[in-house]
Amino acid sequence: MSFRVVVQETPFDVAEEYSSLQNSSPSVGAVATFVGLVRDVNQGKKIEKIFIEHYPGMTEIELQKILGEARNRWDILAGTIIHRFGKLGIGDGIVFVGVASSHRKDSISACDFIMDYLKTKAPFWKKEKHERGEKWVASRESDAAFLVAWDKEDN
Amino acid sequence: MNVHVLFFASIREDLGCSKLLVVLQNPARISDLIRKLGREQGPNWLSVLGKESVKVAINKEIVNSDESLVDGDEIAFLPPVTGG
Repeated sequence: MSFRVVVQETPFDVAEEYSSLQNSSPSVGAVATFVGLVRDVNQGKKIEKIFIEHYPGMTEIELQKILGEARNRWDILAGTIIHRFGKLGIGDGIVFVGVASSHRKDSISACDFIMDYLKTKAPFWKKEKHERGEKWVASRESDAAFLVAWDKEDN
Repeated sequence: MNVHVLFFASIREDLGCSKLLVVLQNPARISDLIRKLGREQGPNWLSVLGKESVKVAINKEIVNSDESLVDGDEIAFLPPVTGG
């Protein structure tokens, strides 16, 4: 079983990551992956590029916790979280989440859960550069609402 | 006691400071640290660090209440996160 978190400046290779999840165990019957990309427009503003800052050390701890929580909730065989920092251009991959399981529901739910938790718990901050300057992205209340929904599912 | 204080993202830019070594009288809590920074660095530090949306981590772990500090602690002030 392989559970990895990586915080890196360089791009990730989705095919390579998928392959390592696929081959993580002969019991793997499903792999769910998610890739978050830099969009060209956010809240009506045209984006030129983005910059991502994080808290080295704490970021890795938080991502490990999120992966651990997913393992507690679902029957999963392997999981990978990769998040980039630094300068990123339009269309670049920001985050990769991949989960392998025997049956599809476990990997799909775990992947969704990891993204919801990551967006509200992992210490990353995005700054957008557009035509008229730079701006730190504001957090969304909807992201916090997704967390509440997962917590309700526990009860 | 000495504590290492870190400021991230919009907080770092608002304060124009990424890290500070602060000497505090024992015992001290996060609120004592914020008050001292406000006194020594300027009143805008109180409003930036005192915002309700700001989270505080001690030694890379988010703390909920007005925690006590220990010599050598690393205290980080974090704006709402926006990764993913």
